[in-house]
Amino acid sequence: MSNSARVESPLEHADFAGLAALKINGGVILREAKLLGHLNLRGNANDPDFLKGVKSALDLDLPLAPCSSAQNANTTIMWLSPDEWLVIVDGVTEAAIEGKLRQSLRGHFAVSDISGAQTMLEISGKDCLQLLQKSIGYDLHLDSFPINKVIGTALAKSSAHIRRTGEYNFQLIIRRSFADYIWLWLQQSSKEYGLSVTL
Amino acid sequence: MLHIHCPYCEEYREEEEFSVVGEAHIIRPLAPEELTDQEWASYLFFRKNPRGLHHEMWAHSHGCRKFFNMTRHTVTYQILETYKMGQQPSITTEDTK
Ligand SMILES: [Zn+2]
Repeated sequence: MSNSARVESPLEHADFAGLAALKINGGVILREAKLLGHLNLRGNANDPDFLKGVKSALDLDLPLAPCSSAQNANTTIMWLSPDEWLVIVDGVTEAAIEGKLRQSLRGHFAVSDISGAQTMLEISGKDCLQLLQKSIGYDLHLDSFPINKVIGTALAKSSAHIRRTGEYNFQLIIRRSFADYIWLWLQQSSKEYGLSVTL
Repeated sequence: MLHIHCPYCEEYREEEEFSVVGEAHIIRPLAPEELTDQEWASYLFFRKNPRGLHHEMWAHSHGCRKFFNMTRHTVTYQILETYKMGQQPSITTEDTK
């Protein structure tokens, strides 16, 4: 028996490497941003010490406006609710960053490593808006869903947090237990546009 | 489909994102052991079922996952306001709308 645990994405079985090798030229482009560090952060946004602590640990201001996000070279923070944020960092660095947050924060707060509980899919391509229009009820117009906005919404009767990173670029944060279902959904829904997988 | 304003996300979202939770402003008794069975049962099980204005609790289950309150008309389904937990409704009689 091996003593080493191998980390696997919840979509390991989808064989994205094999699909990427097919080099399909589709209207929808999908990439799994797999095995990133996902930290759930909770705390009081009205407490200046909490804001200062987060800033010193992550070198990034906590986004306080509803449905907003903040990003620097290594870290993305997504607003989830008035007292809850998702901090996305490079894979393997999450334990150290969790430690840093714990050192910088005092009082009533929570940091949980939920990296294994969810994964991120990046959707792009000229037809990605049509694909999302089939999947969510939210208005994708840039006026209502500008770049850097993040929304929690129902995606094909499951849940997802969706962040827009470009006019035709979206990040989908989905739960591990729903990853396969959403992968099947995305394949079926993008059939008419063609789906190319990239790594 | 109802279009519901989440007071935490500060925007309208589709009804699909929400769950209805039931009557709002039910306060848990501070000393349950001092209640009669009837008072305890009334707290646990008995709910208003008005024809007209109703203050009810909803949850933005697929969004920010916060509970909030809503004043809704049970006949027309019109939503008159949504407001945060801990706040009181500003609409309590039908003629103020
Ligand atoms: Zn909300």
